[in-house]
Amino acid sequence: MDIGKRIGPEYGPPTRNAFGEALKEMGEENPNLVVVDGDVGNSTRTYHFRDAYPDRFFNVGIAESNMIGVASGLWAAGKDVLAASFACFLLCNAYDQIRMSIAFPRANVKLVGSHSGISIGEDGPSQMGIEDIALASSLPNFTVLVPADAPSARMATRAMFVHEGPVYMRTGRPKVPVVYTGRVPFKIGKANRLREGGDLTLIACGLMVAAALEAAEMLSMEGIKARVLDMHTIKPLDAESIERAARETGAIVTAEEHLLQGGLGAGVAQVVVERQPVPMALVGIRDRYAESGTSQELLEKYGLMPANIVQAAHRALGQ
Amino acid sequence: MEQRLCPYQYGIKELQETAWKLSRQIIHMTTKAGSGHPSSSLSAIDVLVALYFGGSMCYKPEQPDWSDRDRFVLSKGHAALALYAVLAEAGYFAPERLMTLREIGSPLEGHPNMRVLPGVEASTGSLGQGLSIGLGHALAARNNGRLYHVYVMIGDGESDEGQVWEAAMAAAKYRLGNLTAILDYNKFQQTGPVGEVMPSLNPLVDKWEAFGWDVNEINGHRFEEIQETLYAINKIKDRPQIIIAHTLKGRGLSPFQKDDVNRKHGIPLTAEEAEVALAELDEMKYDELFSAAQFTPELTPEDVHGEL
Repeated sequence: MDIGKRIGPEYGPPTRNAFGEALKEMGEENPNLVVVDGDVGNSTRTYHFRDAYPDRFFNVGIAESNMIGVASGLWAAGKDVLAASFACFLLCNAYDQIRMSIAFPRANVKLVGSHSGISIGEDGPSQMGIEDIALASSLPNFTVLVPADAPSARMATRAMFVHEGPVYMRTGRPKVPVVYTGRVPFKIGKANRLREGGDLTLIACGLMVAAALEAAEMLSMEGIKARVLDMHTIKPLDAESIERAARETGAIVTAEEHLLQGGLGAGVAQVVVERQPVPMALVGIRDRYAESGTSQELLEKYGLMPANIVQAAHRALGQ
Repeated sequence: MEQRLCPYQYGIKELQETAWKLSRQIIHMTTKAGSGHPSSSLSAIDVLVALYFGGSMCYKPEQPDWSDRDRFVLSKGHAALALYAVLAEAGYFAPERLMTLREIGSPLEGHPNMRVLPGVEASTGSLGQGLSIGLGHALAARNNGRLYHVYVMIGDGESDEGQVWEAAMAAAKYRLGNLTAILDYNKFQQTGPVGEVMPSLNPLVDKWEAFGWDVNEINGHRFEEIQETLYAINKIKDRPQIIIAHTLKGRGLSPFQKDDVNRKHGIPLTAEEAEVALAELDEMKYDELFSAAQFTPELTPEDVHGEL
């Protein structure tokens, strides 16, 4: 890990690509692995798996509810199962099926939602998954992962199959900066400390991790030293790291490409309130749907830029 | 591959006696619990008894997770009582436990929970989901080269759910001969007759045929017919099959026929009503039951709305 390194313009592949390639590798290692698709495998990148293992790939059509039930049945019959679609269609269209056929029976099924957040861009709000973290986190027995970049998405894909129980992993459509240029630690439920600092802590997930690192660099120019945590596991949250951050740095800013209701910030706030109350400021989407536009335009308009994190840091520090 | 064992091979008379016994249990357990759906369980009990005790299904009660077992998924989870009675009779657990239905701490929850009761293949109760789960089991069987068969019981009211038809379409795509749906066609759902709530559920036979299924329409209380059909569909290997079983809510017992939608669907009998029902059950002539359930005419969209 290159702690404290300035993030340059180096963009890497989208997290969905890294997931798709890792999934294919896992298919080779594990002949018991099957994949269920809702006719969006070219978008979610499960098609790498399909092309390599067509006999273990089931495209049940544009029918997310049925897709989830089929995944549950395959699990009950002894298969290792992954089902993928767009984050919004997976969680919103098939929520009761996920609750009843996956969460409640603790089905060892892995769900991956691509096209998360507003950074999908031009396709617009109907295709943007901005509620998925809240929905998945609300379900008992579920683990929720939001990898920051391609290398960590690859590690997350492996980690979720080692984990026993239902997992939801969020992936994204656009290219994202590479946060992990060296070693890529990925332990479910254990945040990665990417930068040291004692004045406040920035806690981020997904593509906001790169933005938080950039914000930390901007803050350092003002003489403010920010710790940065990659909270790749939203559930279970790494409460120890959060409590330590609150105790040692005295203020916390969270950043996520998701609605502020029920997301990373709300979860961190819950831990902070219960364990070590300190000032907080939350960066995320504020109770509204976005619109069409380029990825960059949308992130700017909806307040998900490094500068927004810097402003939030000032609020948290009472400045 | 292991020898596939069908633990019971009852003849018609034994099947009838077992159905009588389990029907009594369903009435006893719901009246004691004070809640539950006895009428929706009684309509299904004869088909369930045929499946588990007539030689169709192979399973090992002492080893519920035997990988070659035939699967039964109760998609209409509110008929849990019928499933519980059958599983106890088959030997999955002691019949005395039936009387703990719906009590706190009991594995006999209001709707089936696969994580707490052996023999339950899927946790159900949110309607529309079981056929998809059965489809997953059937795909896995093919993928693993296993010979087991998957049976899923769905309800007529449940067929309002779109997911049923998503699953119907996908099962036909994969030509799953190892998947059988059984429609417990008792013609009454929560707030009224199926023909009124959703008259356009009909024509059912045409719908399932159009979806690519082998369709069989039978009297769901006549064991000869049930057995003959279960035997016949086993020869169909190239597509899924549905058995549309015409049945009677509450198995025709008069306390369930009162002009009260709740009595017909959602609540159990009082102690006095249960006495009446049990006495009728003792005297029930199967012939009368058959004729009542024989392709019961139902309301068409025209009956409800006039000429369309």
